Amino acid sequence: MSQHNSSHAASHGGDDHDHDIAAHVRTYLIIFGALLVGTVLTVAMYYVDFSSMALTVAVALFIASIKAFLVAGYFMHLLSEKKLVYGVLVLSAIFFVALMGLTLWGSNDLPKNSSTKTLYVP
Amino acid sequence: MEIPYTYKPRPDTGLYNAKVGIWLFLASEIMLFGALFSAYILLRVSAPAGFWPDLALAWPRGLLNIPIGTFNTAVLITSSVTVVLAWAALKMNNFARFRVYMVITVMCAFAFLGIKSFEYNDKFSHYVVRLKDGKAVTGHIEVDGKHARFWNFDDQWDVAKLADKKITQIKVEVDPERDIHGHVKSHGSHAHEVREIAVADIVSLGSYTPATHPFFAVYFLITALHGLHVLGGALVLAYFAFPGAKMWKSNPEQFINRIEVGGLFWHFVDLVWIFLFPVVYLL
Amino acid sequence: MQSSASHAHTSATESSHGHAHHEPGFFGKYIFSTDHKVIGIQYGVSSLLFLLFGFFLMLVMRFQLANPGKPIPIVGALLEKVLGEDMAKGGIMGGDLYNSFGAMHGTIMVFLAIVPVLFGAFGNYVTPLQIGAPDMAFPRLNMASFHCYFLGGVVMFASFFTPGGAARSGWTSYSPLASITDLANRFDGQTYWLIGMVLLITSSLLGSVNFIATIIQLRCRGMSWMRMPFFVWAQFVTGFLLLLAFPPLEAAGLMQLMDNLFGSSFFLPQGLVVSGTPLPVSGGGSPLLWQHLFWFLGHPEVYVLILPAIGIVAEVVSNNIRKPLWGYKSMVYAAMSIGFLSFIVWAHHMYLTGMGTKVATFFQTTTMMISIPSVIILTALFISLWGGSIRFNSASLFALSFLPMFGIGGLTGLPLGFNASDIFLHDSYYVIGHFHYVVAPGTMFAVFAGIYYWFPKITGRHMNELLGKLHWAGSLFFMNCVFAPMFIQGFKGMSRRMSDGGTTYFGPDAGIGADPGVLSLNKMILWCAIGLGIAQIPFIINFFSSIFAGKRATSDNPWQATTLEWATPTPPPHGNFLQEPVAYRGPYEYSVPGAKTDFTPQGDKN
Repeated sequence: MSQHNSSHAASHGGDDHDHDIAAHVRTYLIIFGALLVGTVLTVAMYYVDFSSMALTVAVALFIASIKAFLVAGYFMHLLSEKKLVYGVLVLSAIFFVALMGLTLWGSNDLPKNSSTKTLYVP
Repeated sequence: MEIPYTYKPRPDTGLYNAKVGIWLFLASEIMLFGALFSAYILLRVSAPAGFWPDLALAWPRGLLNIPIGTFNTAVLITSSVTVVLAWAALKMNNFARFRVYMVITVMCAFAFLGIKSFEYNDKFSHYVVRLKDGKAVTGHIEVDGKHARFWNFDDQWDVAKLADKKITQIKVEVDPERDIHGHVKSHGSHAHEVREIAVADIVSLGSYTPATHPFFAVYFLITALHGLHVLGGALVLAYFAFPGAKMWKSNPEQFINRIEVGGLFWHFVDLVWIFLFPVVYLL
Repeated sequence: MQSSASHAHTSATESSHGHAHHEPGFFGKYIFSTDHKVIGIQYGVSSLLFLLFGFFLMLVMRFQLANPGKPIPIVGALLEKVLGEDMAKGGIMGGDLYNSFGAMHGTIMVFLAIVPVLFGAFGNYVTPLQIGAPDMAFPRLNMASFHCYFLGGVVMFASFFTPGGAARSGWTSYSPLASITDLANRFDGQTYWLIGMVLLITSSLLGSVNFIATIIQLRCRGMSWMRMPFFVWAQFVTGFLLLLAFPPLEAAGLMQLMDNLFGSSFFLPQGLVVSGTPLPVSGGGSPLLWQHLFWFLGHPEVYVLILPAIGIVAEVVSNNIRKPLWGYKSMVYAAMSIGFLSFIVWAHHMYLTGMGTKVATFFQTTTMMISIPSVIILTALFISLWGGSIRFNSASLFALSFLPMFGIGGLTGLPLGFNASDIFLHDSYYVIGHFHYVVAPGTMFAVFAGIYYWFPKITGRHMNELLGKLHWAGSLFFMNCVFAPMFIQGFKGMSRRMSDGGTTYFGPDAGIGADPGVLSLNKMILWCAIGLGIAQIPFIINFFSSIFAGKRATSDNPWQATTLEWATPTPPPHGNFLQEPVAYRGPYEYSVPGAKTDFTPQGDKN
């Protein structure tokens, strides 16, 4: 009935595939360990007094990004995913950055002779 | 004509339909949580410098319980690994192990939600008391040996209501002092100082709710929305683990794909928390 | 191929999800159907009803503007009876009622009428057919998206009857006004509006996932990207706009809901005083945050309105000029550019919020840039007409009229896109004239063109041509008469959203002497709006009578079109195509040299 669905059954099942998956399982457990270490690190950084807020934020987001990369890359199989998925994610990343960046810029760029320090009085 | 590529991938894209669908959906979720994070940053950046609660609109720090948050993070990360191990078990044709891992995942989800509710309840019974001398005290209020809390969001215990209840003194379990980063100052005793405050000295008091400060507004909204996603995801995964597992018999390939797609959603929920935890709890 | 035979044929071949087939009952077939064609019709019927309702709201408002403070004939008494004395005392429209009609007119037209008819109705019905697919990729999700939309519509409609009336802070729902309209009553019209919006946004999200996945995955053999009809490209880009631009508004809607229901201060600044009383909120919020999040959707939303419309026009025009579209590839790339750029122009709606020059210049630049692909598309359509053998029927008349109307709408947008000129024109009637030109004679003409064009495929009958031409002539004439004066009013300084029609500033007591031509135009606009309404009567009669007694279509492809939707039986059965379609060529192979007829269908082997 379904002519489009190719009958490539070979890609699923079979002993060599079991090996593949077993290797994957090892990877997942290693990544799990890395994530727990990352979490400990995240909390540990909280107790370090960085010189500026900017640095604190940068360190926190950096560690979070590593953890996110691990979850996305390995658990979500993004590292071996197809171009189309990358394309969609890149698009949303661009627009997310645009939303955050332009909104913040818009709230902080004020007319030259403005006496107010922010766009509204907090 | 049947709808093609429901579980076999389309040759030129290399993807089956549901996978395209879930990644599109996750892209929209990135925008949803992205907007919330943007709001958080905007509100925080425009808050005046100073120390809350002395300066009413300064950004509060250190109000969220870090050990509990850390534990919740570990719970969610664990559930992330178990859901992918469940998928791997199916690929290795081991249905029993799949079910075990799915059950663990769902249990982790409900543990997360349970802990979150405990945190929320703690907030709702945590008060900020503003005194007539300009100072502010925060902590739980002890009434009959329990932590007092209100139910109605605008039925905060205003001073008039205290008078109605004929209360003239309240016992506040004062929070330990914190520095500008939100770290606790004195690492000495763990016992909370209990202070008796005369109602006559109180200007206003209210518990930690969305109305108390934009920090709480964002905190409650973003964690509640995340929690809803955790709940939704858990229900879907539970469905796949039990009634939906019938498909393993009729169409194992499509069932594996469903687990993969459900797992992708679950990992996204974990991803949001990976950013949420440091931004809201630690920074 | 007669419909009854194809229905009999389909029950034999119909088998979804591989289990034993059973004929769905009434509910399964018409209410909870997962067939994209049924869902398309559901969207179409609902959205056209909401369109009519939104039109009615506007008519009542226009009466008030032309005759401020006068009782509204017939309708006034009805309003007083249904909505209460505080809303319409003596049949006169109160200020609050005017504002709620205004807010709901915008909301209903944008979110309950135009997007659902263009994306939900035409998109759902035509897209799978044009790419040679048996249905959408996720039929049940499709059904869910319709019911979410319907529920959202019910909530929006119900909001009129809640104490205090419907939302009345503009369709833009700016904070803090949106949070302080009714401090005594938490569950007011605004709250209904927010809940309705959450439902509508959910519906759009589900729909957009479906559309994009379908277009990517279910194109038939030979249907490469550059062989897709422009209509499908338009829906594809629209899907991305809905997918990525709506969520921030959903977030903002949730935040405003929290402000209204739980007393939070996402958008409420410190020190707000309402009617002499300080507002008992914490403050610390930002009204601008709402504006940013709203317009982040709001701007892509207008491209959601126009892109499917241009798609329909492209189909109808190409069919009725009997030659290929000129510049198809440019049109495709232009549509993609519009989609991308539309995400980074939004703050041109916020020029007057006190932004600095750098940010304003950024948004002004991107706004000017986005006009380029729009002009490319319009130009390509105009150039296509050159040398064409143009057929004038109801569908093509509307499609052809779309071109200059959209041109006027687009050109009048330019002074608004420039920061400097927008300082004077912002929030004036000029803005209303501009955007209505784009959506009223713009999108609506495309909708009408689409209805006349695809009616024979959906019902097997043609709509009456005489009534169609009457409808067209009246609509074209009166659309221009209603909206062109608004540019004049705007230039003369008339603000929008004034329930007295400008009497305070331009009337005899305003101290500026004689009316500079603003108030008299209000009266003219009212009569033309009534004329516009009357011009729709031939259409409504035509629509219903043709379903039962229209001239039967001579074939499955009465317009002699090339795209795949015309290669199905009429109406298309469940599963659409009797055998798997293949695309052998591009979508607009008209007047191919050496061919026997002046059209070579996309799906024909030879």
